[in-house]
Amino acid sequence: MQEIKAFLRFPQEHFSKPITYRLVKEYNLMINILRAEVAANKAGELIMDIEGSEQDIAEAIDFTAHEGIEFRILKSGITLDEERCVHCGACTSVCPSGALTLRRDDWSLVFAPEKCFACELCVKSCPVRAIVAVMHLNGTVLAG
Amino acid sequence: MSILSLKSFAEINEKIKQRRAVVVTAEEIAEIVAEKGTAQAAKEVDVVTTGTFGPMCSSGVWLNFGHSEPPIRMTKVWLNDVPAYAGVAAVDAYLGATELTESGSLEYGGAHVIEELIAGKQVKLRAISYGTDCYPRTEIATYISKEIINEAYLFNPRNAYQNYGAAANRSDRTIHTYMGTLLPNCGNVNYSTSGALSPLINDPYLRTIGIGTRIFLGGTQGYVAWHGTQHNPSRPRGENGLPFQNAASLALIGDLKQMSTQFIRAAVMEGYGVSMFVGVGIPIPILDEEMVRYAAVCNRDIYTNIYDYSVPSRSRPVLAKVSYETLQSGTVVLEGRKVPTAPLSSMKTARAIASTLKQWIADGQFLLSEPVAPLPTTASPQNLEIVGGA
Ligand code: SF4
Ligand code: SF4
Repeated sequence: MQEIKAFLRFPQEHFSKPITYRLVKEYNLMINILRAEVAANKAGELIMDIEGSEQDIAEAIDFTAHEGIEFRILKSGITLDEERCVHCGACTSVCPSGALTLRRDDWSLVFAPEKCFACELCVKSCPVRAIVAVMHLNGTVLAG
Repeated sequence: MSILSLKSFAEINEKIKQRRAVVVTAEEIAEIVAEKGTAQAAKEVDVVTTGTFGPMCSSGVWLNFGHSEPPIRMTKVWLNDVPAYAGVAAVDAYLGATELTESGSLEYGGAHVIEELIAGKQVKLRAISYGTDCYPRTEIATYISKEIINEAYLFNPRNAYQNYGAAANRSDRTIHTYMGTLLPNCGNVNYSTSGALSPLINDPYLRTIGIGTRIFLGGTQGYVAWHGTQHNPSRPRGENGLPFQNAASLALIGDLKQMSTQFIRAAVMEGYGVSMFVGVGIPIPILDEEMVRYAAVCNRDIYTNIYDYSVPSRSRPVLAKVSYETLQSGTVVLEGRKVPTAPLSSMKTARAIASTLKQWIADGQFLLSEPVAPLPTTASPQNLEIVGGA
């Protein structure tokens, strides 16, 4: 089993088509819609958690491509509120990836997003709640 | 050792007024002493500044709201749904930093209200009363801010602990403590002091710090009001005079209206509750060579114990004794393994405090105050034994 977060953007003509229904029914996927946005006369957007076998997910991605639906796997991660952070370092002791470290010269917190594997352990370890778990799409934060 | 005093408080203050005082931070003095020796450093340097910025639970604010029309003798008070203690006169209340919101969340409490007051935000005040002939009103709901209430002064019963134990967790599950998240099987070590920059580390026997000492508190000038609760200067000490555990502590007071959220910040300790980062800086007058020796202490000579916080007892087992140099290096060897360490107190902000205080003194805006009375030099805090009673 595999679990991914996905971003789907589909053109207007797809609105009436039961895309998510087909993903569930024909590809045995478990779907949890996290956000749905459909603006009039514009493309619709969906963010969802998808759980299924690797093969089913791969086939589902092929199917969406065939239907002209944009399908992207989302990376989740964190954002750091630099205004709020007091550089205490509490998050660095729980971060298993080395993405959060304290500089030893000026003792400021350094976040290296490319190392982060989104375990979210740091979120609740931060006493001033400066860290928020988010979903990313090519570097753009989609939802907090 | 006989000590000839080189300078008095009055002489140092004279230099401060003339902007001739030589002021350095507790980190800088170590370098000066290493280079020039204690005798020369004691002659040249007048004041050493310190700083610390860590979660200090034993903190809170006294508030006076002013009288409504008709007036109320408040018996119960809530600020943003966080209860404050109102058993003092009609419109006085004390809001403790660790008091939690009545909504049941561990994410919001007195410290958050205090931070919002400092930020100038409006805070919802609700109070009830039984009504008296002179105070007929029985309830009130309104909004206050620091601009419209009479007094708001921080009064922290126990701050600026002289040293503090570090924490690890020997059990096989993650635990959440006021020392932060502790990973199983000693997966991390958390500590919470600014080491050589920490105020009471630089005057281990409280020679120059006493009641009335003017300090940096939360971004403004404050004062030492009393010794802190659980003040325990009788703890075992090393040859350099420094205790290995939490020893002396201070009760501090200062005007909340002048404070800054850069130096007072609400904290949530996951699974534990609310605490508050408090910024404290104390100037150490270099009266003589002894004081310069104390102030020049380095992290390699300051030791603390690492305690096993998985043992829920008031006397937790000691896992190791380590120096702050080791703790600050980022790893410590514990039970034969390299374990990552992390502070809970911000060294970056501690440095900002020490250098702000240095600037205030160098600019002639901040004079030193000789203690009005000394703090106790011995003490033996009691434990609370559970006894049967009436
Ligand atoms: S989410 Fe996990 S890996 Fe990423 S920064 Fe936080 S603790 Fe480190
Ligand atoms: S725990 Fe929070 S405040 Fe402390 S360094 Fe990490 S992000 Fe900053």
